[in-house]
Amino acid sequence: MDTRPGFHQSLKELERDLLQMGTGVEQAIRGAVESLASTDEKQARQIIAADDHIDSMMLQIEERCLRLLALQQPMASDLRLIGMALKITTDLERIADHAVDIAKATLRIAGEQLVKPLVDIPRMADISMRMLQDSLQAYARRDVQLAAGLASREDEVDKLYSTILRDVIALMGAEAGVNRQLTHLLMAAHDLERVADHATNIGEGVIYMVTGKRKDLNV
Amino acid sequence: MAQPKIKVEQLNLHYGENHALHDIRLDVGENTVTALIGPSGCGKSTFLRTLNRMNDLIENVKISGSIRIDGQNIYAPDADVVSLRKRVGMVFQRPNPFPMSIYDNIAYGPRIHGIRKKAVLNEIIERSLQQAALWDEVKDRLHKSALGLSGGQQQRLCIARLLAVEPDVLLMDEPTSALDPISTLKVEELTRQLKEKYTIIIVTHNMQQAARISDVTAFFLNGYLVESDRTDKMFTTPKDQRTEDYITGRFG
Repeated sequence: MDTRPGFHQSLKELERDLLQMGTGVEQAIRGAVESLASTDEKQARQIIAADDHIDSMMLQIEERCLRLLALQQPMASDLRLIGMALKITTDLERIADHAVDIAKATLRIAGEQLVKPLVDIPRMADISMRMLQDSLQAYARRDVQLAAGLASREDEVDKLYSTILRDVIALMGAEAGVNRQLTHLLMAAHDLERVADHATNIGEGVIYMVTGKRKDLNV
Repeated sequence: MAQPKIKVEQLNLHYGENHALHDIRLDVGENTVTALIGPSGCGKSTFLRTLNRMNDLIENVKISGSIRIDGQNIYAPDADVVSLRKRVGMVFQRPNPFPMSIYDNIAYGPRIHGIRKKAVLNEIIERSLQQAALWDEVKDRLHKSALGLSGGQQQRLCIARLLAVEPDVLLMDEPTSALDPISTLKVEELTRQLKEKYTIIIVTHNMQQAARISDVTAFFLNGYLVESDRTDKMFTTPKDQRTEDYITGRFG
């Protein structure tokens, strides 16, 4: 029997808000990557404009968490759920910021011919976005295994980033325009690498929330 | 833990047919606060009372196992109950000052133990009231009736009265359940100060209070000690599902 149904209902609402924010962030990162691949200025501007809404979702989640801490004095798994919601909402907000950075890269290279067709960046984007989706799934389903599986994929993203870095260095030459574009692409790749890191953090948060045990996935 | 101050092993207690405590094992460290939590009827107050043999006064009580305080079994046949209760004092739910002056309330114990000299008594009274964080509030009315004090002051007076006989262990049975929030916080703060000198075990129905003031929390259910651990662990990552259910309110 649940002696605190009202409080536990609020926790469910908190989860719902967090997953809603997650969906918004997923859309932002997908849109940003698409805008970059197709150098679509309009889409890039939409992503940048949508970021305010994501920020306000984070503030609402933060406030809800603080209110619950102050008014309900949660313990044990309830406490971990709220503590991790505070962290996860921050990770999501950061991911959205990276989406904005990628969209800005789109604007900076808009109208230019790409130095070469993008291959590794879309691959990185694909893995990073799936990691984000899976971290949110793991949260929604309390799926510790799914969360733990994020680590190996993060390694993959790191390797792709190293490859991109090497390629970019090799392509850099005397042409300032080319170098400028390559720099923006490299920064976008770096943004994607950070997305994978944040998704991994979310996974760690899920593991702690569910089991009460720490597992560092990011090694 | 170094040598525990109190070591409870295989403690069983029956009230007639009712098996009220089952195989309790618990080590209590010196100069710590241990909170006993659990639903009504779980055995926490019964357990608290075994620590200074208060249950001896109830008919039909059978106790087995051992409780060692500083290595001595308090249930040994030759154990001295009077000196035990001097070493292990108890504070109750409702403040219960004697209907006499503040001064005489505190002097009562020392006088029984043969202290008569005014100067010595004065010194004990000031020290006890200081330790109970009550001195500044009552120093100008020591000879007024204790019944004129507020509830929170009365409870701190009862604590001062215990301290006057220089115990090592303080047992507190829901010491703030009859107090207003400010008095409650004062008693909680006092408890944290007192653990510098004493070993404290407190029964509380208020889990937030247990979380605020204790170093170790022990969860009782149906006469069993389900789990005891560092308080921060108990309230963030308890090991036993029954503890989890109780402290998150998924229990009824």
